[in-house]
Amino acid sequence: MVRSIMMLLLCQLAGTVVQEGTGLPIPGPVMGLVLLLGLLVWRGGPSQSLHDTAGGFLKHLGLLFVPAGVGVVTELQVLQANALAIAIAIPVSTILGLVVTGVLMQRLLRGKADA
Amino acid sequence: MHSLLPLPFFHVWSYLQTQPLMGLTATVCAWELACLIDIKAGHKPITNPTVLSITMLACALLITHTPYSAYFNGAQYVHFLLGPATVALAIPMYANWGSIKRHFVAIFISLTTGSIIAATSAMLIARALGAPHDVLVSLGPKSVTTPIAMAVAQNLGGQPPLTAVFVMITGIFGTVVCTGVLRLARVRDWRAQGLAAGTAAHGLATARMILLNETAGAYGGVAIGLNGIITSIALPLLVQVFGF
Repeated sequence: MVRSIMMLLLCQLAGTVVQEGTGLPIPGPVMGLVLLLGLLVWRGGPSQSLHDTAGGFLKHLGLLFVPAGVGVVTELQVLQANALAIAIAIPVSTILGLVVTGVLMQRLLRGKADA
Repeated sequence: MHSLLPLPFFHVWSYLQTQPLMGLTATVCAWELACLIDIKAGHKPITNPTVLSITMLACALLITHTPYSAYFNGAQYVHFLLGPATVALAIPMYANWGSIKRHFVAIFISLTTGSIIAATSAMLIARALGAPHDVLVSLGPKSVTTPIAMAVAQNLGGQPPLTAVFVMITGIFGTVVCTGVLRLARVRDWRAQGLAAGTAAHGLATARMILLNETAGAYGGVAIGLNGIITSIALPLLVQVFGF
C-alpha cells in the first residue's frame, strides 16, 4: 500500500514540477493523472495494490471535498451579493451542458455498438 | 460562546483552537454522522454526505465563532489528500481505456462542446446579471470535479472556496434533474447519458448514473477525468476570448 501511495504522490509531484516549470495552466494533480494514465497504458494496467489504494481514495472522495466546502463560511457575503446571478447561471448552464453533450454523443454513436 | 464557559473549560477551548486535532476530528465525525443519515434516508440526492457534512461544520463554525483558518489548521490534512485522489482517477479511466479509445473522437467532440457551452453560458449569464470578475472565474470550472475545479479557479485568480460551493450546487442540481432532462432531450443511449451527466455535473451525477446502469457509470467516470483536463486547458483561453 505504501508503494501505491508513493506512486500517486510521485505522479503528483512530477505533475507539479512540470506545471511550475512550464507555467502551463493545467493543475499539477491533473498533470499527474495524465502521467499515471500514460504509464498504465504503456506498462499494461495497475498492480492489485495500486488498484485497491486508488479505489480506497476514490470511495471516500466525498470526504476530501469537505474542508474546502466549509470555506463557504468565508464567502457568505459574496454569495448573498450575487445570489440572483448564481441562482440562474448554474441551473441554465448545467441543463445546457447535459443536453448538448448527451444529444451530440448519441448522434455520433448512432449505429456503433460497444462490442 | 467563550464568555459562557467556566474558566477551566475556557482554557481548554482556547488551547484546542490552536491545535490541528479539533478541526481534523470534527471533519471525520461530521462525515461519519452524515453517512449514517444518508443511509437512513436511502441515499437521496439531498442527503449527499458531502453536502450534509459541510452544512453541519459551517453551522458549527458560525455558532462557536471559530475562524475558518483555525478549523482548516486541522482539516488541511484531509484537504491535502485531494491531490493524490485526483491522480488516482487514472485507474478507473484506464479500466475503460478500450471503450474510450474506440469512441475517442465521439467522446472528445461531445465532451469538449458540452463543457465549453456549460462554462461559457454560466459566465455569460452571471456577467449579464452583474457578477464581478472573481465570481465569474470561480463559476467557470463548476462542472469539473472539486480538486481540479479549485486548482483551475486559483490559477485564474478566483476564490477556490467559492468554486467548491459552486461545484456542490452544480452537482446537486445536476443529480436531481439529469434523468428528466435527458429523457426530454430523447437521449436514450446509456453511453451518452453517462457522458452527459459526468460532463455537466461531475461525480455527484455520475454516482447517480452508476446506480442506473453500469455502462453509464463508466462513461461518467471517463467524463470526470477528461473534462477536468479539457477545462484546465480551455477555460483560461475562454476567459481571455470573452474578457471575463
